[in-house]
Amino acid sequence: MSKEYETVIGLEVHVELATKTKIFCGCSTAFGGAPNTHTCPVCTGMPGSLPVLNKKVVEYAMAVGLATNCSITQYGKFDRKNYFYPDNPQNYQISQLYLPICRNGSVEIETSDGKKTIGIHEIHMEEDAGKLIHDEWEECSLVDYNRSGVPLIEIVSEPDMRSAQEVIAYLEKLRMMIQYLGVSDCKLNEGSMRADVNLSVREAGSIQLGTRTEMKNLNSFKAIARAIENEKNRQIDLLEEGKNIIQETRRWDDIKEYSYAMRSKEDAQDYRYFPEPDLVPLVISDAWIAKMKEGQPEFRTEKMERYKQQYGLPDYDAEIITGSKYLADFFEAATELCQKPKKVSNWLMGETMRLLKEREMEPEEIQFSPANLAKLIALTEEGSINSTVAKEVFEKIFDEDIDPDSYVKEHGLKTVNDEGELRSVIEQVLKENPKSVEDYRNGKEKAIGFLVGQTMKAMKGKANPGMVNQVLKELLAREVFG
Amino acid sequence: MSLKEIRKFTAVQLAEKIKQKEVSVLEALQATLEQINQVEASLNSYVTVEAEGAMQQAAEVQKKIDSGELQSPLAGVPVAIKDNMCTEGLLTTCSSKILENFVPTYTAEAVLNLRQAGAVILGKTNMDEFAMGSTTETSAFGITRNPWNLEHVPGGSSGGSCAAVAAQECFYALGSDTGGSIRQPSSFCGVTGLKPTYGTVSRYGLIAYGSSLDQIGPVAKDVTDCAAILEAITSYDKKDSTSLNRRDTDFTSALKRDVTGMKIGIPRDYFGEGLEKEIKEAVLAAAKTLEKQGAIVEEFDLSLAEYAIPAYYVIACAEASSNLARFDGVKYGYRSKEYEGLHHMYKKSRSQGFGPEVKRRIMLGSFVLSSGYYDAYYLKALRTKALIKQAFDQAFEVYDVILGPAAPTTAPVIGKSLQDPLKMYLGDIYTVSVNLAGLPGISVPCGLDGKGLPIGLQLIGDCFQEKKIIQAAYTFEQTRERQLSPVAENGEAGLKRQPREQEEKV
Repeated sequence: MSKEYETVIGLEVHVELATKTKIFCGCSTAFGGAPNTHTCPVCTGMPGSLPVLNKKVVEYAMAVGLATNCSITQYGKFDRKNYFYPDNPQNYQISQLYLPICRNGSVEIETSDGKKTIGIHEIHMEEDAGKLIHDEWEECSLVDYNRSGVPLIEIVSEPDMRSAQEVIAYLEKLRMMIQYLGVSDCKLNEGSMRADVNLSVREAGSIQLGTRTEMKNLNSFKAIARAIENEKNRQIDLLEEGKNIIQETRRWDDIKEYSYAMRSKEDAQDYRYFPEPDLVPLVISDAWIAKMKEGQPEFRTEKMERYKQQYGLPDYDAEIITGSKYLADFFEAATELCQKPKKVSNWLMGETMRLLKEREMEPEEIQFSPANLAKLIALTEEGSINSTVAKEVFEKIFDEDIDPDSYVKEHGLKTVNDEGELRSVIEQVLKENPKSVEDYRNGKEKAIGFLVGQTMKAMKGKANPGMVNQVLKELLAREVFG
Repeated sequence: MSLKEIRKFTAVQLAEKIKQKEVSVLEALQATLEQINQVEASLNSYVTVEAEGAMQQAAEVQKKIDSGELQSPLAGVPVAIKDNMCTEGLLTTCSSKILENFVPTYTAEAVLNLRQAGAVILGKTNMDEFAMGSTTETSAFGITRNPWNLEHVPGGSSGGSCAAVAAQECFYALGSDTGGSIRQPSSFCGVTGLKPTYGTVSRYGLIAYGSSLDQIGPVAKDVTDCAAILEAITSYDKKDSTSLNRRDTDFTSALKRDVTGMKIGIPRDYFGEGLEKEIKEAVLAAAKTLEKQGAIVEEFDLSLAEYAIPAYYVIACAEASSNLARFDGVKYGYRSKEYEGLHHMYKKSRSQGFGPEVKRRIMLGSFVLSSGYYDAYYLKALRTKALIKQAFDQAFEVYDVILGPAAPTTAPVIGKSLQDPLKMYLGDIYTVSVNLAGLPGISVPCGLDGKGLPIGLQLIGDCFQEKKIIQAAYTFEQTRERQLSPVAENGEAGLKRQPREQEEKV
């Protein structure tokens, strides 16, 4: 590469709002119903049906706007975006083009290069489409309108990012903020947060922007990082070869680590936007904005401080746990139940994080209940199970959300505190392992480890390890001196 | 009482007779069904007549009336509904092939309100396809004929509703009015039709043509019926964001013969070129009558009248091009039998399913919204709309009611209008600005022309001033005899077609 290049990136982030009902009708937004069961004349585009705006959607969009320092549009409108596709029952999408609800905001991010402010161009509200299912056997396509009308906001950034690292930092910041607001769960893999990457390159020092492409189908942070790297290199290669970059939409294939052109600007549809005549202008009063400001939740910094004060968590614990709103809520719920904040924190930071990593999961995907973790902590605290058993039980909780009380009972995992039984088991172990006993006697103190292991095995792990050690040493000494 | 005598009653009169047990709900229904039997084959006012369902409703309504549960002034009266209002379980076609098999899963709010009031719904009336037209000739299910002269159109787009009322095939009907579609056919058929202030009647379940202009309203035998029907269908509906929560909806309280001191303005712009002489005379005579009754009548310049038609067609077609996009063969309605792939299925279904006038308006609407033309056409039309509203606002600072013709001609001969669509559009000159400004307007019969065709007087009120136009119209109506169409007067005998007039020789 002979020249230095700079990458310029702007993002369009779609976030599915966690309202109970859809944006323009009373249907449930719940995930996973049987096809076309969460539908009505409005969200299936029946003739004569009319949309009515869900107030909660406006409030959620405002909350995100206020958290990202946007100005709120106090006289707003919706517009129709016209295009034909079967997942779109009216063949137009109700969106906002001319007067979006939020404009001119910013988000501060932090990377290894320090702090940086990313501009937010606008945030607008719109409806999601249904889902097409292609039936290969019947050679037909079916459509499920359960998702049709689920509320979305689209957060459009300024082209202020320069690297994949900044993009990830921006997305993580947005996601955390939105989760803290309780506005969405922001799951990239389930599509409740989707990011399209607009990217161009230019010679370092140039003020003019290069021709950009838009990358779609990015389902994880890793995919986003890979796609950015790939697209940047593709564009630089083209420029180096003296070729032009075509303004187009591309689709990322994360398995092949390759993108291909979907449509160029020339084929871009004319959406014939015009103001939605079935909805009245959206007027947002000063009082409403003030009320929303007042209702903004505790964000991460405040929460971190509180965890240190209220629960006495160390800095490190507080930082990790508040890194995810879901984890923080989980922490508070479990602590509330067992009153052992540090223990809860240890389980979250230790085993939970380990298993999340092993299973390639995000904290939001945790399936088990705070109650079962609290019960597990109680079991260990009262000495009913030892730490080895606890870890084993925890994995069961993590995977299947089992009730540790009944699980321990059913599988007979309670620590055996009966010294008499332990004593006879150990005597048997010593009898069966004369070599190790001799080694120990000859000063090989490590041999005791093997004997502990054999004892635990014989006890099926249920022994109290402290007691095993104590009794073992006592008996070995007796053999020597007795 | 004979069925023929029953048919002569207005809706309010009939409900009173039913209440007094002089007529049963079933007899009232039979009276209309008998007339339908006699004249429908010639008139084609209906797309669907649902006699069996109506019988069931009649029995239920009778029970409720007998038990005292139903006290509404319209209880038991058979009604016809324009075929662009959804009726659960009952075919709703918009007179289009693309909805030839469409049976809605829900009922329009205005129709629900009527059912609440004890109406017996006996069928769905013919109309211009998707309410696009001024003659009811663009229907996919045949033209409707004017009960005053079968060689003539009934007007449109609510031509079926107006013809059915004029022919006594029902006691009243619901129509919809986007640019005159209640008032103009009411005028052509010699019945009374009212277009309410935008937002007064819920549009939920009305299959949209131009969403920002569409309003459902009554088509009736007289002003009293209109007021009573309007009272019944008016409601604040949370399912329609443009619905208004009005408190002044006791429209029947305005049925007073009194216009003393009422200021009536006559826009000079409405009496210029293109207006038939006989209509001009009849309308001005009506103004004189009101003056005699105590009104203060003045001429004034409304201005901007010539811009109303282009602004209307741009806005209505733009909205229609988007509103009609959902008819694509995917979810309901007509789908082409043969196609290859999605795009082709869309194209063939829509090409085969829509008629020429609908296609013309979809194309016009798509064009004015396309990038590069949006500002020049659509935005400009919206600005014009705002200016027209301003002009009316100024006029209503001075006048209580604006008086003029409902249409520049009486009902044209069948087959004439569609040959020149632009000329047909110009026929909407006196009605469209009322929709653009969201105002209420009423058409009441004010005479017949030399050919024996009805002439309509239009009274326009400021927003929310339905009562003023009802009072003025009622007062005018009280000064004259109600005239019946030949079909209403003589049933089958009235169907005899009058000889075609000799074409003018050069």
